[in-house]
Amino acid sequence: MLHFSRLKVTAVLLTTFIFCAFAVPNFFPEKTVQSWPKWAQRHLVLGLDLQGGSHILLEVDTNAVRKEKVETLRDDVRRVVRENRLGSPAAATIRGTTVEFRIREGVDAQVALTKLRELSQPLGGILSATGQRSVDVVDAGNGIIRLTPTEPSIIERIRQSVEQSIQIVERRVNELGTVEPSIQRQGLDRILVQVPGLQDPSRLKELLGKTAKLAFRLVDQTVPIDQALTGNVPAESELLKSTKAENNQPYLIEKRVVVSGEDLTDAQPGFDQRTTEPIVSFRFNNNGARRFAQITQENVGKPFAIVLDNEVISAPVIREPILGGSGQISGNFTVQAANDLAILLRAGALPAPLTIIEERTVGPGLGQDSIEKGKLASYVGSAMVIIFMFLTYGLFGLFANIAVAINVAMIFGVLSLLNATLTLPGIAGIVLTVGIAVDSNVLIYERIREEVRAGRSPIMAIDAGFTRALATILDSNITTFIAAAVLFYIGTGPVRGFAVTLGIGIITTVFTAFTLTSLIVAMWVRWWRPKTVPI
Amino acid sequence: MRLLRIVPDDTKFDFMRFRRISFPVSALLSIIAVVLYFSHGLNFGIDFVGGTLMEVQSKSGPADLAKMRETVSGLGLGEVQLQQFGAPTDVLLRVAQQPGGEGAQQAAVAKVRQALGDSVEYRRVEVVGPRVSTELLAYGTIGLVVAIIGIQIYLWFRFEWQFALGAMIANVHDIVLTIGFMSLAQIDFDLTSIAALLTILGYSLNDTVVIYDRIRENLRRYKRMSMPDLLNSSVNSTLSRSIITHVTVTLALLALLLFGGHAIHSFTATMMFGVVLVGTYTSIFIAAPILIYLGVGLGREARKDEA
Repeated sequence: MLHFSRLKVTAVLLTTFIFCAFAVPNFFPEKTVQSWPKWAQRHLVLGLDLQGGSHILLEVDTNAVRKEKVETLRDDVRRVVRENRLGSPAAATIRGTTVEFRIREGVDAQVALTKLRELSQPLGGILSATGQRSVDVVDAGNGIIRLTPTEPSIIERIRQSVEQSIQIVERRVNELGTVEPSIQRQGLDRILVQVPGLQDPSRLKELLGKTAKLAFRLVDQTVPIDQALTGNVPAESELLKSTKAENNQPYLIEKRVVVSGEDLTDAQPGFDQRTTEPIVSFRFNNNGARRFAQITQENVGKPFAIVLDNEVISAPVIREPILGGSGQISGNFTVQAANDLAILLRAGALPAPLTIIEERTVGPGLGQDSIEKGKLASYVGSAMVIIFMFLTYGLFGLFANIAVAINVAMIFGVLSLLNATLTLPGIAGIVLTVGIAVDSNVLIYERIREEVRAGRSPIMAIDAGFTRALATILDSNITTFIAAAVLFYIGTGPVRGFAVTLGIGIITTVFTAFTLTSLIVAMWVRWWRPKTVPI
Repeated sequence: MRLLRIVPDDTKFDFMRFRRISFPVSALLSIIAVVLYFSHGLNFGIDFVGGTLMEVQSKSGPADLAKMRETVSGLGLGEVQLQQFGAPTDVLLRVAQQPGGEGAQQAAVAKVRQALGDSVEYRRVEVVGPRVSTELLAYGTIGLVVAIIGIQIYLWFRFEWQFALGAMIANVHDIVLTIGFMSLAQIDFDLTSIAALLTILGYSLNDTVVIYDRIRENLRRYKRMSMPDLLNSSVNSTLSRSIITHVTVTLALLALLLFGGHAIHSFTATMMFGVVLVGTYTSIFIAAPILIYLGVGLGREARKDEA
């Protein structure tokens, strides 16, 4: 055990040095590190609990996706029915998750089935043909055909919605101008947004909570608003309220969308030239411009409504045809509201609403406090352990302390290499590792003491002590490692940070116990040729 | 320099005889812990029951709890707990989970923020919706069970099954007592508590494994020693290590407890109880002697008679 070949010594020292070296970038300011080569830039990331910031978990409304999927299917069925004269398009209706259609009398059910089956596409393209199709088409008898989107096709659609949502969320968050926001998918239908250094997440949440479906629709004037409020609402219109800024006024709005937000190419906040009120100016693409021009020409003198997520932003009267393909939206905005609306319109509408299901925000003040407290606890804890070890084992205690110091440096190195996140519980994990790491030394030293008492010569005792203790060290650390691994798997955020430092701490502890500690002692034995063991 | 000797060399305590006391005591304590769990319950944090937690700091001197309570209780958010948290300026608000799904939680936060306004600094806001809290509770429970099983399997591979079973009993004993402690002290039971429990598990086992290793070694070395003697010798020869390691762990935890701040206070307090108080005791007084009952070294006494 005490014999180290030159090669082994070099290997141990080199490994130790390399891992310690990876910790170096953490001690330099970010600016300096950025000028270094890419491979040397890896460094620890402070968790949101230390640097402050918001962790927001969003869930895509999968029910909305399912609903939309069925509605699209119904529209498709109606189109096929119309094109093939299979019956009245209105006979296709939604029942729960299914579209039901009754064939006109005299039409062959088989023909209808064949035509409607064309709506069902194989899933996943030709390459990954799984034999699954997008729609189940069933002849329910009595001239009724039922069409249901298959579960795989819905899952596929949810997946797409989440992908799209991530892109849109990214655009919205980036508009906030914060440093290094992180947006990740979690599970099937969730998106985790982490924004460091955000003092107040209200605005972020506001931006994320809006679906931002914009529509230009005409105001229905066939029925006075008072009558509509008492229940007399025409079938092709609906009652909508205006925004809070516009005093929640009720409007009767046609359901038909003249131009939708998808046809916008740009939106910018600005000020109205005459009233100096904050506004959002926008520009349509060709298609939108043409449609908007046509509608405004036909409806001069009538009001139209700008509707965002079923809320009327404003309902101005069309004074003259708008032919240029651009316009402006006013609505008693504050400067910030106009800004946010422009961001939302530029980023585009979410395919489905997002709900915030978890939020954890730490202010920068608390983060700074936590860093300072974590540091203090680390210093005090380490100092106490180091002093105690020295008092207990003297020179060998010193060896142990060197090993522990290198151990901690290696933990930081590995954490940096993995670009891991350091959290307050993570710091606790490191402090705990200091307390535990010396255990491997204690095991070895106590064993050596025993061997000395059993009458062995110093070198024999040291050798036997190491050999016997190492098996125990391995066994006892693996149990803790299992606990850390489980914790890593189930934990999130700060707790996961704890699992990471604990787990890495165990690995480096075992490594130093097996290599470095014995190397130090071996060197000492070789140089001093001790007559007694001073422990 | 004279070195510190916490434990004298060659101790010969009769730990095994003590099992006649330690087993009933542990059984009693475990029962008390279970009773506490069912009578007091655990102080489940928002991680597991959902709701909102806000840590605010008054900007103008010490916080006026009474006034703040009045302001918040008028919002119609149901049960709102306020408590001083560390410094006199700091207050922890806890709003129970709101009926009405995920969106209602966010609405509650907005209301509280509006009511308290700019008079306070919002140091921490955590909102956990019903869906996430249900999941976290499930994950936490599954995690504990998986960890126990995983460790058992490992021990089973490395030792004989009696050792794995002994460690398992010691394990469950540790967790039960720690949960009893958390119930008694009404420590917030959240994700970090699960982390604390898992760490306690890991370290209590660490200790047990060190003693078991020695027992296994001695079983091979002393074929004729009676089981209680062998266990005593094993525990005594590892005693110095047990104590010294516990001192170092205690020192580390103490530093965290005293200086680590409030955010990890309950975490370290739980760990202190579990690792330092229960873990060591269990390894020596439960995990080791229970091997006698599990039939390790069966027939040793008989062989001794023959000799």
